[in-house]
Amino acid sequence: MKQKLMAVLAAATLTAGPALADLKIVDTSYRTGPYAANGIPFSDGYQDYFTLLNERDGGIGGEKINLVECETGYNTEKGVECYEGNKGGEALVFQPLSTGITYQLIPKATADNIPLHTMGYGRTSAKNGEVFRWVFNYPANYWDGASHAVTHILNENDGDISGKKIALVYHNSAYGKEPIRTLEELAKKHGYELTLLPVDHPGQEQKSQWLQIRREKPDYVIMWGWGVMNQVAIQEAVNIRYPMENFIGIWWSGSENDVKPAGDRADGYKALTFHNLGSDYPVYDDIQKHVVDTGNAAGAGDNIGTVLYNRGMYAAMLAAEAIKTAQEMHGTSAITPEQMRDGMENLEMTEEKMAELGLPNFGPEFKVTCENHGGNGYGAVSQWDAEAGEFTLITDYYQSDQEVLKALIEEDSMAFAEESGIEAGCE
Amino acid sequence: MFYREAGDFKTSYKDDAQTFPIRFDRYRYYVVLLVAFAVVPFLVNDYWVNAVFLPFLIYAIAAIGLNILVGYCGQVSLGTGGFMAVGAYACYKLMTGFPEINIFFHVIIAGGITAGVCVLFGLPSLRIKGFYLAVATLAAQFFLVWLFNRVPWFYNYSASGQISAPERTLFGIPITGAGTEPWATYLFCLVFTFLAAILARNLTRGTAGRKWMAIRDMDIAAEIIGVNPLRAKLSAFAISGFFVGIAGALFFSVYLGAVEVGEAFGINKSFLVLFMVIIGGLGSIFGSFAGAAFLVLLPVLLKNVLVGTMGWPTDLAAHFEFIIVGALIVLFLIAEPHGLAQLWRVAKEKLRLWPFPH
Repeated sequence: MKQKLMAVLAAATLTAGPALADLKIVDTSYRTGPYAANGIPFSDGYQDYFTLLNERDGGIGGEKINLVECETGYNTEKGVECYEGNKGGEALVFQPLSTGITYQLIPKATADNIPLHTMGYGRTSAKNGEVFRWVFNYPANYWDGASHAVTHILNENDGDISGKKIALVYHNSAYGKEPIRTLEELAKKHGYELTLLPVDHPGQEQKSQWLQIRREKPDYVIMWGWGVMNQVAIQEAVNIRYPMENFIGIWWSGSENDVKPAGDRADGYKALTFHNLGSDYPVYDDIQKHVVDTGNAAGAGDNIGTVLYNRGMYAAMLAAEAIKTAQEMHGTSAITPEQMRDGMENLEMTEEKMAELGLPNFGPEFKVTCENHGGNGYGAVSQWDAEAGEFTLITDYYQSDQEVLKALIEEDSMAFAEESGIEAGCE
Repeated sequence: MFYREAGDFKTSYKDDAQTFPIRFDRYRYYVVLLVAFAVVPFLVNDYWVNAVFLPFLIYAIAAIGLNILVGYCGQVSLGTGGFMAVGAYACYKLMTGFPEINIFFHVIIAGGITAGVCVLFGLPSLRIKGFYLAVATLAAQFFLVWLFNRVPWFYNYSASGQISAPERTLFGIPITGAGTEPWATYLFCLVFTFLAAILARNLTRGTAGRKWMAIRDMDIAAEIIGVNPLRAKLSAFAISGFFVGIAGALFFSVYLGAVEVGEAFGINKSFLVLFMVIIGGLGSIFGSFAGAAFLVLLPVLLKNVLVGTMGWPTDLAAHFEFIIVGALIVLFLIAEPHGLAQLWRVAKEKLRLWPFPH
């Protein structure tokens, strides 16, 4: 332990020295607290990808990446402290990985002109870039996710789910409440019956919710959970023998750490995703060679290839591509946060680009514009195979119900614009 | 050498009864005020204000409020988080409902509303005492959080259930919202903390405070000598609620800007403020400040030392933070069960005689 500490200290003093005028990326992670089980793999993936770029390519466009990690414990007060402490020194982008902290940071980051990337979480209506100039949530958002889940249920029932009962088990916070409005709209459209079952932070106490599910026997259960809540919910579902193939989690409720504690009987549990799974990609060979084998892997290095590790890596890859785009646009390698925003706003992910990066067919293609900060809303469904110990995609990527969502996003973002006196529009 | 009364003659009752009768103490107090009001605002930046000063000042108000209830009146309360939530939501409803009224008054009125709610939940204190009262106030904590989550009217029917503070100004200077200057929010909270401390100090020195302390020390004896327990207990709940409500309103509107009730005002907050009061010192205004400083500033300091200076990995540092803060709490309470305020009193006694203790 002592030796390890000394080694860490030595490594930190070595790396902390020359990394000042580089591309500063802040990783507001949480490796402690009730959400750590999910926070750790994401942060590991996020950091390892930047380490890979530093080690293999010497940074991006010749500029080294200076990754600053900051522990929030999923706590908004610590998140604010983190943001205030790290926003200086040209921090290019914040990835808070918490909807609560995102809500805190949206006005602050907008005032400070620092881009936020809330990939698949945060405030959904930030998709409307005309109002949320500094906030990006590509490639998919919660309302897309809600629609994906309903579409999947529709497909399973040959397009008719009127009269079916769907229960939403959600984290009783801004995060968990996000999909409610969409699910209600979709209920009007498709005629299903929606039951809302809130679970309070941190989510260890869910007996009464699952008792209600046992009693009312909804045809499907959708879950918006995070951290320890996921594990408990899946265990409870197993306990009441709920059919796992009718239990669908959002992409934040579908990692190995969530299903493994429930053992074999979690087999068949479904979760949404907006990127591909597994470690069967050329980029993993590079990570093994340049990051793991050189001893630079973040954390304990035991999460490589897991769902959330992939997602963190995907987030880092999108940030790196936005930096490249910004560097090309402005003809300089040392970009500013303002230029980073331009890079994010003009980001285009194509199949060729991803293949070139060693991630062929990893995520959907999308193009960010000033009007659309949220991508095209493509997602897929994955299913847990307990025997093989992995999630596998069981559908292709499909688009969310844009007709319903567009109106909702317009309404919510305009309400925000009015509330905070923002004049919507692209310069 | 310091804190000596020698040569400090009082010629009127007014002089004799002042808050800081010792001249040295009084000047030290003026210097602290001068630095806080006239020097710090010119030096602070966003980080210092948002990570250090605002939480310290706001928690200090909350701790003063709880100290009146627990420390002076002896009524244990675990509902502080819920009462802070009342202040925050009252402030939010007032800010959005009456945008033309000054934010300063909104905060005060939010404190008043919280005082009312606090009295309501203080009613059981007339029948039950000690641990049983703690459980009754614990019910207030859970009920209030549940209420603000459940009834959409409180969060103006927003989709996420979050409340966010719109921009409000005082003399044309933004105090809430995103475009605030660090000195403005700092001074705004400092004024409230200053007023709260003065008010609390003087209340506790007067009739009201003496009644509370009589109830705390032995309620039957207090009743016999003519203290009305109903009025004494409920006034303690009301005034405590007033301060806690102001703290909650500032916490939401000035410090965080957006909160969700379960996360920001959960049971953890109740315990945090209670620990501030216990570690700082029950029945001491200075103790409230010391406790707030200890529990707000120490983690930030440790984080900056461990991660910033020594370069430890963040998770290791976060875990060590718990260990160090926890160990220090135990250590302090063993060394001085009456809290930091008592340590300060002992230090003052020592300083009087220093450097010739015999």
